[in-house]
Amino acid sequence: MEATVATDTNGTNWGGGNNKPLGSSYGKMMMWFFILSDALTFSGFLGAYGLMRFKFIDSWPIADEVFTHFPFLHGVHAPMYYVALMTFVLIFSSVTMVLAVDAGHQMKKAKVTFYMLLTIIGGVIFLGSQAWEWKNFIGGSYGAIQLNDGKIIQFVDASGHQITLESFAKPLNSGRTQHIKSKGLWFVEEAALPTVSLNEVIEGFKAHPEITIRTEQINPELKEKIIIPRENAMAYLNESKAVVIGANLKVNEYGRTLFADFFFFITGFHGFHVLTGVIINIIIFFNVIIGTYERRNSYEMVEKVGLYWHFVDLVWVFVFTFFYLV
Amino acid sequence: MTHTQEHTSHTKLIWKVFGILSAITLVEVILGIIKPEFLHLTNFLGTSLLNIIFLVLTLVKAYYITWFFMHMADEKKNLRRAVVWTAVFLIIYLATLLLIEGSYIHNVLGPLTKWNY
Repeated sequence: MEATVATDTNGTNWGGGNNKPLGSSYGKMMMWFFILSDALTFSGFLGAYGLMRFKFIDSWPIADEVFTHFPFLHGVHAPMYYVALMTFVLIFSSVTMVLAVDAGHQMKKAKVTFYMLLTIIGGVIFLGSQAWEWKNFIGGSYGAIQLNDGKIIQFVDASGHQITLESFAKPLNSGRTQHIKSKGLWFVEEAALPTVSLNEVIEGFKAHPEITIRTEQINPELKEKIIIPRENAMAYLNESKAVVIGANLKVNEYGRTLFADFFFFITGFHGFHVLTGVIINIIIFFNVIIGTYERRNSYEMVEKVGLYWHFVDLVWVFVFTFFYLV
Repeated sequence: MTHTQEHTSHTKLIWKVFGILSAITLVEVILGIIKPEFLHLTNFLGTSLLNIIFLVLTLVKAYYITWFFMHMADEKKNLRRAVVWTAVFLIIYLATLLLIEGSYIHNVLGPLTKWNY
């Protein structure tokens, strides 16, 4: 064992000296510890989601029934496909990123530039996909009824498949229009009216003997939502409070309010990471082009943003599992 | 270029890892769409066997991303352990306590929820 003596700092390894306990440059090591702390933040969010999901294990929305859209396939029930596509986009942009890092190790500027560009494009495609996913989630697909105590009632046909409110609601032409300031009290506003009113839905339900309702409750044996026999359905509908179409932070047609809240918050937080990742990638991309790292004789900065970018991919792998698969 | 270390290209390894990640994702998606009843309608360790499979496949994916895309395999053992062990320990700790607590709240509050009108 040597005595503690001042050793030469070589400027590249953290803490200087020749021991190099972590064998890494300051920047890269701090990126790793930032990623560690960020991973714990995401774990906190996903853990809270897990807590609430276990709390409402008998009535949580079923992902396959919520995320069913695919571009250009209207009305087709396509669970999982779209989010699988998004996952592939993100994995592929991770591959181009690691190829850029690899090219950087060999000081090949043209290749680094090309792969960085592909990575940025992949990130932008992912962000666009995320926006489309949110649009569908917020817009909703079937619509539902909210009861006085906040529970969500959905409508199903004879085969047990969910149907839209518009498909059976009876138009009553009540003449009720949205209350706007110019046509009513100048100090009162109200949100846009849903396309069908509560009365129209209930009258439509009475007029269609083949349809019935289902609650949020899940049959634990079949892992499906419990369908209420039609003769009992009116007892539920007498408790109706409002028509719910789509999702927001207060109410959503899929079921538990917390489900939409966690969806918005966690995918939103991840999307924000992707956005910052794309912005940082663009900055580094231009630095590569103007030759900053060529002059510096090291493409380590590409490696550092690469770490962040892979981390974003890593988080998505978990978000994908916990929101769409499990 | 005197400071540049000798770096051989790892392109082959990168594409191999991409293949593995894609294959796992494909398996997950297929299982998620079909939901085979002999896996889905079971109860194992507090959830279904299918969910356990998803969790294991996710962890395998996380391993490949961290080790080969983030080059954790090339880092020194000290750095690797400082990051990986900390994360793994704290996440398992947090998840275990939260999920146990969630089940408990469900056991207490679940029977009080009214589903009949």
